[in-house]
Formats: sequence, C-alpha cells, structure tokens
Amino acid sequence: MQANDPNIQWVEEPQLGWTGRMYLTPIIDGLTITLNHFFKAARGDTFTVQFPEERPKFGNPLIYRGVHRLNKDDEGRVKCVACFMCATACPAHCIDIVGTQAPWEDREKYPQSFVIDELRCIFCGMCEEACPVDAIELTSMFDLTGASREEMIFDKEKLLSVFDQTIAAEPMKSKGGHATGKGA
Amino acid sequence: MFSQDWIEPLIKMAVVIGAIQGAVAYLVLAERRAAAFFQDRVGPNRVGPFGLLQPIADGLKFILKEELIPSGAHKPIFLLAPVMILASATLAFATVPVGYYFPAILGLKAPIAMTIAPGMDIGLLFVLAVSSLGVYGVILGGWASNSKYSFLGGLRSSAQLVSYELPLGLSLIGAILLSGSLRMETIMDAQATSGWWWVMLQPLGFAVFLISGFAEAARLPFDLPECEQELVAGYHTEYTAMKFGMFAMAEYMHMITVAFLAVIIYFGGWHLWYVAPYVEADQVTLIGALLRIGILQGKVLVLVFFFMWVRWSFPRFRYDQLMSIGWKIMIPLGLVNLLASAISQEFLAQDAYLAKAVVSWAVLAACFVYGMLNVNPQGAPSQHALAKV
Repeated sequence: MQANDPNIQWVEEPQLGWTGRMYLTPIIDGLTITLNHFFKAARGDTFTVQFPEERPKFGNPLIYRGVHRLNKDDEGRVKCVACFMCATACPAHCIDIVGTQAPWEDREKYPQSFVIDELRCIFCGMCEEACPVDAIELTSMFDLTGASREEMIFDKEKLLSVFDQTIAAEPMKSKGGHATGKGA
Repeated sequence: MFSQDWIEPLIKMAVVIGAIQGAVAYLVLAERRAAAFFQDRVGPNRVGPFGLLQPIADGLKFILKEELIPSGAHKPIFLLAPVMILASATLAFATVPVGYYFPAILGLKAPIAMTIAPGMDIGLLFVLAVSSLGVYGVILGGWASNSKYSFLGGLRSSAQLVSYELPLGLSLIGAILLSGSLRMETIMDAQATSGWWWVMLQPLGFAVFLISGFAEAARLPFDLPECEQELVAGYHTEYTAMKFGMFAMAEYMHMITVAFLAVIIYFGGWHLWYVAPYVEADQVTLIGALLRIGILQGKVLVLVFFFMWVRWSFPRFRYDQLMSIGWKIMIPLGLVNLLASAISQEFLAQDAYLAKAVVSWAVLAACFVYGMLNVNPQGAPSQHALAKV
C-alpha cells in the first residue's frame, strides 16, 4: 500500500492551543496525572496482593483452571471409568492412564494408575470438557511448587488428595453418586 | 595540638561524606518506593519495616557479587573510571553549605560554618568545575570497557554533559549578579537579607538551570547515557557489582548536587520568612541552627522528589532533540537571561527588587510568546502532508 492510496484515511494531529504551544498546560497536566496516581497508591489503593500472607481473590473459583483433581463418588471411589477421553483430548499429552477391570458392578473399567505430569500440562481444561462422567476437574489451586520434576508428576493418590483438599470450597460441577452416570 | 582549626574540617568531612553516602542509599529506596507509587504499585516493602533495610540488602548484594572485568578491557582505566566519577561527585560537596552557622557552644572558639571549606570565594565555580570532571569517569569507563554499547553510551553521555554545562553556567550568572558573589554563603545571605528568593527575580534563569540540571544529572527526560533500548545500559554496561554501584551512587550524588545548588541559589537556602530570618553568624542559637539545617535539607528533599516525579511524568527525548534543545533553546535562553539581568542590574538600584522581578518576569513572558509564535510543536511535516507530495 502506498502513502497516496485513496483508501487510506489520514488522521491529522489536532492543533495545539496557545497554552499548549507554550508547553505549559501539557507539562502541568502530566505532572497532575502522575501525582494523583502517587497519592492513590500512597493511600494503599493498589492492585498488589501481598501473596504469601494474602490470597488473591478469584472472580469464580469454579471456572478457574488450576491443579487437577480426580473426583470421588458417594462411596469414596474414584469416579473415573478409564475411558481415555481426557488423555486423547489433551493437547500436551500429559495424562497417562492404565485401565483395568473394575472390581465394582457399576462399570467395566477403572484406572489402575492415573498420572498427570503437571509440568507438561498447559491448563487448558480440555480434559475436563472431554470427561463423560465428570471425574477430572480443574481446581482453583494455583500455587503449585515442587523441589524436583518427579515431585510434579501427580499420581492417582495425589490427585484424589487434591479432591479432599478442595471439595469443601469447590463442589463438584455435577452431582451423581455413581460412575454409571446416574443423575450425572 | 588538637585545635579546632584542623579537627573541625575533619569532623565535617566525615559527617558530610557519611551523610551523603547514607542519603544516596536511602534516596534509592525512596525513589523505588516513589516510582512504585507513581505506577500504582507498592514497591520494596519486605526487608525490615516498610522496606527500610532494603539499602543494606542492596549494598551487601553489590559487595558480594562477582566482579567481572571484560577480557579486552583496559584494566587500569576500567578500574579507575568509577573511582573518578565517585570522587568528583563527592568532592563537589566541599563548598556546598548544608546549613547556616552552628553556635559556639561547648567551648568552641567561633561559630562553625556548615561547610567543609567555609568562605571559599570561588565556591560555586568550584562545584561546577569539579562536578563536570565526572564526565571523565563516563568517557573513560565507556572507552575502557571495550564494548560498542559502552563506547557509544560514553560518547553520547559526554556530548550531553558538555553541551548542557554551558546553559547551566549561563543561567547561574544572573543570580550571581544579584548576589554579587560566587560564595555560596554570601548568595544565601543576600537572599535572606533582602527577603526575596532569586527564583522570583530569575524565573527564566531558574527554568534554564533546572532543565540543564536534569540533563547534567542524566535524569529523565534526559537520561540518554543509559537508554536501555539502544545501548543496553550505556557507559556502565560492562560494570558489575560495586563498580556499577559506584556509578549509580555518583549519578545520585549529581542529582543531590543539582538539588542543593537550586535550593541555595534560587530558593533562599536556609531562609524562610518569619521562621528563619537573617541573623548575624554569632547570634545563632542552637535551635535556630538546627532549624536552618532542617529547612535547607527539607527544601532539597522537596526538589529531589520533584526529580523523581518528573521522571515518571514525561517521555524521554530523542538524541537529536536533546542536542537541539541544548544548543538552540537553552543557550539562547541563558544568554537572554544574562542580558536582561545585566541590564536591570546596571540601571536599577541594588535593592529595587520589585522592579527587577517585573523586568525578569516580563522577559520570561516574552520568551514564551516568542516560542509560541515561532516554534512548530509538531516539528516535522505531518504524514498527510507527506502523502500529498
């Protein structure tokens, strides 16, 4: 596109008034704006959260995408039916499931092991979308730390313990006692 | 043997050097807090109550960090440069008064002048001369680093410092004419006895002084020596640990020097109407002396806050704009101010302060009107105008 293209709409700079051309009012305006911000922040009116002491507030913790949890049903069993839908949907390939014959009557399979590599995870929430029995959910836990890479690979027990930690504050998105989808 | 004559300057030196170094450390903290507030942040508040131990943590970090010397650097000069810049910045305080007189109590012979070298007749000239020696540290550090960024930064910086020294000196001459002396104490006394601060009589001179002072201290909007986009960090790119800290300290000291000069020459120094009027040197009481020190330091702090405030209010100038402001605007304005003050000093009585004030404010207004009519604020032709060609 050339500079004289008729389709270009040129926006002229507005002409400064006489105070503006003396540079006086723009300078005073600029100083006033910054001083107002100074006093605003000096009064303590900032967005900063003093993190370890203060916890940030979420708009809605139920839709925040933090650490995963594996939901339990009414009987305390893992809801997962080892259908591999989440592992298939996962764009980061961070979910590793080993399914086996379920010991219970209400489903065919259950996960013998269910491992999420939290370091590979991109927290997109696709696993949660894909799950047919709402067994995997993303919680609002965000301050995830570990001293080694191995520590950040969460197994089934760890993911179920996240459920125990967060269930009081964040109820399951769908009710329903059993993995068969009864009432789900 | 332990006479007041030579033990007194030693104590004053120790106090001034210690106070300046401590003030620099805490002004860095103040600047960081102020900068945070200007940006709606909180700033460093973790080390000690309100972050007050932060300077100690910073100092420890500076001292304990690894000192790197680039392999191609000219080692002696590389090591000398931070010393040069810090020494010249410190030396400038030798003639800067930090108060009025301290009364002759506790068996002292005479009132103590609050200056390391009191009664120096070339006081102001000394400060200007010595603080401009700092440019050696800049250019030597930039050159000895054997880095293109440092070298370009050093060149740029020295060009800027040399250019702005002229208007800085020119702008002060009006105030010197009014006081009739280069002695800093006399300049303050002249303002205190007349009851007029020279900023009221020299508005144009003060404006030129302040703008040149910003450039001389390399503060925003004139911090071209270390513009990070183009030059990484300017002339101290290759410096690490405490050597970098010395450059940073020297920059801060320059800012404090400019603030001291502005307060002493344009804002009456320790003088404040009714609170701290003029008294003879031997009439000062202990409370009066402390009050005058407090007033002077308070004014300096207000001015330092103004430096920080301006830093977050205006965008930086381009290098060509910097040079054209210096040579095409500041020097002519300084000359106009010099001419106007010389004429009013010659044809008006020494104590005709009101008439002199009227003359100088009229000159300032005339400069504004001239600038409004003749300076094109947009500078370059607009895009639309270019497109029509």
